[in-house]
Amino acid sequence: MGGTALFFYLFSTVMIGAAFMVISSRNPVHSVLFLILAFFNAAGLFVLLGAEFLAMILVVVYVGAVAVLFLFVVMMLDVDFAELEKGFWQYLPVGGTLVLVVLIEVALSVGAWSIGPISIANVATPMPPGMTNTMALGRVLYTQYFYLFQAAGFILLTAMIGAIVLTLRHKVGVKRQNVAMQNARTPAEAVEVRKVASRQGI
Amino acid sequence: MTSFAATWPLLLTLIKSVVLLVVLLIFIAYVLYADRKIWAAVQLRRGPNVVGPFGIWQSFADMLKFVFKEPVIPDGANKGVFLLAPFVMGMLALSAWAVIPVSEGWAIANINVGILYIYAISSLGVYGIIMGGWASNSKYPFLSALRSAAQMISYEVSIGFVFITVLLCAGSLNLGDIVAAQDTRFGLLGWYWLPLFPMFVIFFISALAETNRPPFDLVEAESELVAGFMVEYSSTPYMIFMLAEYVAIVTMCALTTILFLGGWLSPVPFSPFTEVPGAVWFILKVCAVFFMFAMVKAFVPRYRYDQLMRLGWKVFLPISIGMVVVVAGVLQFTGWGAGMAQ
Repeated sequence: MGGTALFFYLFSTVMIGAAFMVISSRNPVHSVLFLILAFFNAAGLFVLLGAEFLAMILVVVYVGAVAVLFLFVVMMLDVDFAELEKGFWQYLPVGGTLVLVVLIEVALSVGAWSIGPISIANVATPMPPGMTNTMALGRVLYTQYFYLFQAAGFILLTAMIGAIVLTLRHKVGVKRQNVAMQNARTPAEAVEVRKVASRQGI
Repeated sequence: MTSFAATWPLLLTLIKSVVLLVVLLIFIAYVLYADRKIWAAVQLRRGPNVVGPFGIWQSFADMLKFVFKEPVIPDGANKGVFLLAPFVMGMLALSAWAVIPVSEGWAIANINVGILYIYAISSLGVYGIIMGGWASNSKYPFLSALRSAAQMISYEVSIGFVFITVLLCAGSLNLGDIVAAQDTRFGLLGWYWLPLFPMFVIFFISALAETNRPPFDLVEAESELVAGFMVEYSSTPYMIFMLAEYVAIVTMCALTTILFLGGWLSPVPFSPFTEVPGAVWFILKVCAVFFMFAMVKAFVPRYRYDQLMRLGWKVFLPISIGMVVVVAGVLQFTGWGAGMAQ
C-alpha cells in the first residue's frame, strides 16, 4: 500500500511540474516534450488505478501519434512567441475566470464522489468481477453502447473526410507514377535495341 | 525479517532485469557481428575478421573505441535535448523487453496488456530520432527526423491491424497467452504464420520499416542525408543510438517469433524435441528471423520515399483492414474464436 501511495505522489508531482513547464518554458519544442512527460505520468496514474488498458491507449494515441504531430508542427513552423505573449495581461481575467469555474466544478464532482457514497452506485457500468480491464471495456463498448460507439466513429470519419476534402487539390501538369502501368510494361515496348555504326551515332 | 520478505520480490525482479539486460546486450553484440558477416558474405567479402578468431570480438572492440572517443556537441545544438535523445531511444528500446516471454513464464512483467505495451513503446521510438534530428540544429538531421516521423507513424498503423488479427485468434492481449494459444497438436503447422500468412508477410515488412532497416532506411540514406539524424553525433551518444537500433530490431524479431512462430514452443510436438528448454527454441527462432532481416538488407535496393508511403498507405493498410474483417468473420461463423468468449 505504501508503494502505491509513493508512486501516486511521484507521478502526480512530476505531472504537475511538467504541466507547469509546458506553459512556462520559452522554447515551444521543450513545451511539447514536457507535455509528453505529463502524458506519461497520467498513464502511470491510470496504471495505479488498475486501468491498464486506458493507460496503454493513452500512450499509443496521445504520445505515439498526437504529440508527434504537435512536435512536427512546432518544429516546422516558426512561431513568434514574443508576439503571442503580448496579450497575456489582457486575457488574464477571462482565462482566470474560466479556470476558476472549471476548478470549482471538478472539486464539486469529486467531492460528491467521496462525500456521498450513493453516487458510486450510480456508475453506469460497474466492473464485473473476474474480468480483465480490456475485456470489460470491450463488452460495454461493443454490446451495450454499440450504436453510440458507431456514431462516434462516423463523426470522426466525417471530420477526417472533411479535412481531406478541404486540403486536397488536383494539380494539372504534374507527372505522376502509375505503378500498375509500370508493372504492365514489357521489355518489348520499353527497350529498343539498335545497331550503332561506328563514328555515326543515331 | 518482515522487511526482507517484503522487499524480496522487488529484489528478485531487479536481479532478473539485470540478468536479462546483460544477456540481451551480449546477444546484441553478436547480432551486430552476424549482420556484418552476412552482409559481407552476400557481397563476397570477408567482413570483420581481425579482432579475435574470425573477428568475434569486433563488436566489443568497437564499443571500447566509441566510449574512449571525445563526444563532440555542435555549437548551435540544443545541448539538453541533444544528449537526452540517445538515452530516450536506448531506454525505450530496452524497456520493451520487460514483457517479452523468453520461455514459459519467463517474462519479467507478465502483464495483461503485454502486446499493447510493446505497441506503445515501439510507437515512442520515433521520439529519439525526432529529438536528435531537431536538437542537432543542422539541415540533414532535421530532414531525416521529419522523414522518420512520417515513416514510423505510417507503418505503425498496419502493425496495429496485424496485432488485432493475432489478438482475435488468440483471444488475449497477454504475450504468454498468445504463444500458449498456438500450442496445438500440429506443432509447426498450428502456429499463426500459416493461417495468417498474409499478415506474417505484412508484419515482417512493416517491422523492417518500423526499425528503419534497409530497404526502408530513408532516415539515414547515406546518398541523400549523409547519416540522417546521427550526422552530428559522435562517440558514446552515437553508440547508444546504434545499440538502440539493434535492440529494436531484435525486439521486432522476438515479436515475430511470439506472434507468428510459436514463441518458446517446439516445432514438432513430441518427446525428444519438447524436452529442449523453451528458451533455446525461442533464441533459435529469433536468430532465424534476424537472418531474414540481414538478408533483406544485403540484397534489396532502397525504396524511394514516395514508394515507401504508397506501400504503407495504399497496399498494406487496405490489405490488413480486409484481413481483420475476414479473420473476424471466419472466427465468428466457425466458432473457432470461442476461446475469447470463455
